[in-house]
Amino acid sequence: MKSASSRERIVLRAARELKDGYYVNLGIGMPTQVANHVPEGVQIILQSENGMLGIGPFPYEGEEDPDLINAGKQTITELPGSSYFSSAESFAMIRGGHIDLTIMGGMEVSETGDLANWMIPGKMVKGMGGGMDLVASAKRVVIIMTHCNKKGEPKVLRECRLPLTGVRCVDRLITEHAVFDFDDGRMILRELAPETSLDDLRAITEARFEVADDLREMV
Amino acid sequence: MNKVVRDAGEAIRRAGIRDGAVIMAGGFGLCGIPENCIAAIREAGLRELTFISNNAGVDDFGLGLLLQTRQIRKMVSSYVGENAEFERQFLAGELEVELVPQGTLAERIRAAGAGIPAFYTPTGYGTVVAEGKETREFDGRMYVMERALHADFAIVKAHVGDEAGNLVYRKTARNFNPMMAAAGKVTIAEVEKLVPVGAIDPDHVHTPGIYVDFIFEGRNYEKRIEQRTNRPARSA
Repeated sequence: MKSASSRERIVLRAARELKDGYYVNLGIGMPTQVANHVPEGVQIILQSENGMLGIGPFPYEGEEDPDLINAGKQTITELPGSSYFSSAESFAMIRGGHIDLTIMGGMEVSETGDLANWMIPGKMVKGMGGGMDLVASAKRVVIIMTHCNKKGEPKVLRECRLPLTGVRCVDRLITEHAVFDFDDGRMILRELAPETSLDDLRAITEARFEVADDLREMV
Repeated sequence: MNKVVRDAGEAIRRAGIRDGAVIMAGGFGLCGIPENCIAAIREAGLRELTFISNNAGVDDFGLGLLLQTRQIRKMVSSYVGENAEFERQFLAGELEVELVPQGTLAERIRAAGAGIPAFYTPTGYGTVVAEGKETREFDGRMYVMERALHADFAIVKAHVGDEAGNLVYRKTARNFNPMMAAAGKVTIAEVEKLVPVGAIDPDHVHTPGIYVDFIFEGRNYEKRIEQRTNRPARSA
């Protein structure tokens, strides 16, 4: 599968994680695109960790406000019912378990639900931003990433090799091939993409996982 | 009591910012940064500074201006990814960097202003962030002890301020500014509009004036946009 369509499938599948009434924080990059596919009839409120609830769409040209940006430093707009607050309040909200769901990208996920997504030793370290806080405290942590890296090597591992962002913090992992859940250190395959066989999946997955009794096709 | 100064140059002189100082600078990316104070610090040629700021600006704006002139010795930040000069100095060993998770950074600053010496957070448990720190279990969950983060000076930016130092921020330009105002031993606030005492509804004050030592109306705000993103034009 080409990577463009892989990413699209991941984003579309991730959008189905959004439930009506959820307060949601979306990571930078691919997770931000999930906001473009909110299911019909579902209303969510997006949090931006730089201090806003109720992120609106990008502004029209000429209507950008330098005082109004998201955590990716992109210009955004407000909505009726939006609110602003300090970074301390923002992370009190996150740490306090008030965010229903965060969807974030990943570099590696381990079979116990550890996540690595912030640094590659030997490369310039840019920083973890708010990622460590979000994975530690959001009520539900969903990681979206391509199943393998550009060299075709597995990213779903027995143990992460990269420095961790959080320990046993992932609730669900969505790749272009499968959906896995993590429950108390166990990794469970829940959904499998139509063109991927279980053998195919095992061949590109280093982590050991159980197969759910009610394994479904990933749509 | 007169907190009002003419400009950023007078503010940093009267505040006594000196070489080697530890300075908190408000802002997230380039949003809500104290542009005038940064320019005055550059102008004054202060050296060996430590900056506590969520980001490090871009190459030619924000704290990037002080990196260009090699005035910064150390940065304490959560994310420093938008700055090539930063990367060069860091990789050459010329610049020390302490990376702190953003929520921990915000709370360490808040704690300093609120007289809390340390606190426990789940953030970073089991990662390099927790190395060398006390960890403790509460109700079956593991936490890392983090210490308050103090600074000699804070430079913050607000939208409106009054002569008593009461501040009102605008939209997401608030970010780290309120906690830094409280945490700095000496705090300078620059505002886009300075108004007389009484002009701000007391119910609308975000940062009470008690935290602010010097205030001035800033000039020539550029308020640069880092990532200009738009939606398609309205159809006619």
